[in-house]
Amino acid sequence: MAAHPVHPPGFAHQFEDMEQQREAGSLGMWVFLVTEIMFFGGMFASYTVYRALHLPAFETGSRLLNVRLGALNTAVLIASSLTMALAIHAAQVGKRKSTIIFYLLLTMLLGATFLGVKFTFEWHQDWMEGLIPGLNWAYSGPYALQVQMFFCFYFFMTGLHALHMVVGIGILTVLVVMSARGRFNDQYYAPLEITGLYWHFVDIVWIYLFPLLYLIGGRYALGGH
Amino acid sequence: MSEHIVPVRIYVAVFLGLIVLTALTTGVAFIDLGAMNTVVALAIAVTKMFLVILFFMHVKYSPGLTRLVILAGFFWLAILVALTLSDELTRNWIAPPASWSVLLLSVWGLG
Repeated sequence: MAAHPVHPPGFAHQFEDMEQQREAGSLGMWVFLVTEIMFFGGMFASYTVYRALHLPAFETGSRLLNVRLGALNTAVLIASSLTMALAIHAAQVGKRKSTIIFYLLLTMLLGATFLGVKFTFEWHQDWMEGLIPGLNWAYSGPYALQVQMFFCFYFFMTGLHALHMVVGIGILTVLVVMSARGRFNDQYYAPLEITGLYWHFVDIVWIYLFPLLYLIGGRYALGGH
Repeated sequence: MSEHIVPVRIYVAVFLGLIVLTALTTGVAFIDLGAMNTVVALAIAVTKMFLVILFFMHVKYSPGLTRLVILAGFFWLAILVALTLSDELTRNWIAPPASWSVLLLSVWGLG
């Protein structure tokens, strides 16, 4: 047995080595993400039930959303996942802290872009068109009541997703400060790795929200929005 | 240390794959495939999820315990959705007995 090693920075002494510490950290984060799967899963399950019950209304509601902005935001979010992965990669290969900070800031910028498009173009447009249930609902086309139900799902699901993005940007801000203080190196980067898992999870939620809300109503009848 | 460092070119390839799939799923929504539209959209979403989980989230290189936890999460989600739908989608399969209509009418005002 080797002599008691000098602890590398960030090493918690209850672990055998850094690899075990990393695996324990990721596992713990995944346990949290499983609770998030069930959290969002409740909404996805209710969405599925009401969609099955009121299919024509949900297709009508889906066509009232702006599919171009939805697709654009999907690409923005995917790009932010790439920059998040590159921030972790930069730490893993021992790049300078300015490189890590660069990728973290880029991730935050892309996340903020997503939220900006969502708030200023999509939700604001919905407000102008009177598509907010309970606040200024003005839609009087076919299936008015059930379309209102679709928009309840739309705002709760995208709203909860946006809330997760806001939290993610907050955590990234902390990571930027930690990076600036030189807390990460090629052996210790657990906060980056774990935040990455969270950020990619939120990306996956959107990967499902985009087709469920914007696409599967079908766009062919109207030829676009 | 034996942690697996994913090369940048793999991250970029996964990113490009995700962008292509996003364009594909958006494009397909404009073509009338009937019920297949939903199937295609969800199949592409599942493919995108696997790309993100396996590479961005490093699960391809994660220990079996982590994979088991993730699998358990999705299994529980499947139970949630399947059991909920097994109620909602089968309510009309068997009509309530005719003698119940009197009960329904008197108790809930339904008929």
